[in-house]
Amino acid sequence: MTAVWTIEGAKARRGKVLVLDGASLGVVPGQVLGVVGPNGAGKTSLLRTGLGLMPLEMGQARLGGRPVGDLNPVERACLVGYLPQERRLAWNLPALDVAALGAPDLPPGEALTVARERLERVGVADLADRGVLDMSGGERARVLLARLLATRAPLLVADEPVAGLDPDAQLLTLDLLRAEAAAGAAVVVTLHDLGLAARSCDRVLVLDHGRVAAEGAPIDALSPEVLASVFKLDGALIETSTGLVVAARRLTTLSR
Amino acid sequence: MSPRRLEFLLLLALIATAIVAVSLGESPLSAAQYHQALTDPVSAPGEVLWTIRLPRVLMAALVGAGLGLAGATMQGLLRNPLAEPGVLGVSATAGLGAALAIAGGLAALPGAIEAAALAGALLAGAVVVGLAARFREPEVLILFGVALSAFAGALTALVFNLSPSPVAVAEVLAWLMGSVENRDFTDILRAVAPMAIGAGLCLYAARGLRMLTLGEEAAQMSGLPMARLRVAAVAGSALLAGASVAAAGVIGFVGLAAPHLVRAAARDDPARLLRPSALAGAVLLVAADLAARVMPTEQELKLGVVTALFGAPVFALLAWRAARSWRS
Repeated sequence: MTAVWTIEGAKARRGKVLVLDGASLGVVPGQVLGVVGPNGAGKTSLLRTGLGLMPLEMGQARLGGRPVGDLNPVERACLVGYLPQERRLAWNLPALDVAALGAPDLPPGEALTVARERLERVGVADLADRGVLDMSGGERARVLLARLLATRAPLLVADEPVAGLDPDAQLLTLDLLRAEAAAGAAVVVTLHDLGLAARSCDRVLVLDHGRVAAEGAPIDALSPEVLASVFKLDGALIETSTGLVVAARRLTTLSR
Repeated sequence: MSPRRLEFLLLLALIATAIVAVSLGESPLSAAQYHQALTDPVSAPGEVLWTIRLPRVLMAALVGAGLGLAGATMQGLLRNPLAEPGVLGVSATAGLGAALAIAGGLAALPGAIEAAALAGALLAGAVVVGLAARFREPEVLILFGVALSAFAGALTALVFNLSPSPVAVAEVLAWLMGSVENRDFTDILRAVAPMAIGAGLCLYAARGLRMLTLGEEAAQMSGLPMARLRVAAVAGSALLAGASVAAAGVIGFVGLAAPHLVRAAARDDPARLLRPSALAGAVLLVAADLAARVMPTEQELKLGVVTALFGAPVFALLAWRAARSWRS
């Protein structure tokens, strides 16, 4: 199957610091790709360069087969929906209106219908009329996920969609994204929880210092060697009755 | 409250305030005189109502609406409830333009001060539009606006400093305090065109302002032509603010306060807020001008002084209430 999104040999700087040093990424429809790596590995930068939000010094990003720089805003929005890491909202709009912002291409009435359906899907239909700033962080995250789903894009890119969520909401978020993939979308998520990545993603991309350290099925990509060299962890993925978990301890000891 | 209902109520309030503002004034009229004014527009009382008070009220409404709309647009664009037209430095540069025209002895030429003020505002607007196209972060616009305001303020002070005639200084000062007295229909016509263009640009940008609720990056990925909408918002509010300063001098607080008055009723939506803010701004300024006229002071109060005197405490009260709700 042809990739809907590819990034090849990405090199990029933030200020003077090299944050991407030749990283690549590719995702096909029906697949959930997890991007993991320590803080500062370049996960967000990789997504942003791939979406055309950040300039590439070298390399190329293609969406739907076309260089991302050649797409106009409407074409790009038809191809990809993006949930940024930043969840701060400027105004206290009702949840329904926020979710409807995912569908600016539809007439207002239809956008609200789509928004209502997506709020239901993420389990906050009863909060449709509540102001998003009057909600808990978890509720707001669900509304923003509903906004992402309302884009109906064939590629969904979510930057740390589960940060700060309780365990149930984390699993729900990834289940919903998996359901989108099952329905034919390509999904890319960045995650810090390696266990969650291992059990929820079809493929895992491990970034380290702006380079791809490993890529493949979770069990292969998150090998003990990678855990040690990239994450400084002494551990392994373990198969349990409810899925994969990571058992690990820090490799470096606290110096006193 | 539905947006239509809110706008309808505000429109009613504006009409009511305007009727009161045309009826009342410094020289009280008797019932017979009102009757005469209504039946015979060219009589002396008719003159007072229709050629002195009416244009003044219309001008106050126009300027108030412009400031309210510009304020709501700026707050949406900068995602900051403290933004107002003055933040971009447009008001200050318009004031500088007027000060230069007065000090240069152009005050006698009809429309010269207004043209100079508008030119100053458009110059600042062009600078800020350029910046807005280049930088996405609202902080950048605010910082440049503060710098531009300070610089224009310093140059205005320099005009005072170097002005050989105290008369010119007094004239500039009076103008900077803001007023809509002695306006006629020609003045209104002059202000209408730039205001209409500015309002059109701001309303065009409305959907972009709403999308910006999600933050810069999500808005950029939303499929809306954000670069174009951003420039429209900046250019539109600069035109509105510039035309307001050109028509009535520098009038503070209306642009800041009007959006806050209707924010809750508009469900905090930066797009739905625009037209109600314009209407609320018009009501506020017509009422403020009425207060300036009927207050029994030796010298008639300047409009900018009244809006600041009333606006600042009211705004502090609003900020207090808002801060309490943010904390909870």
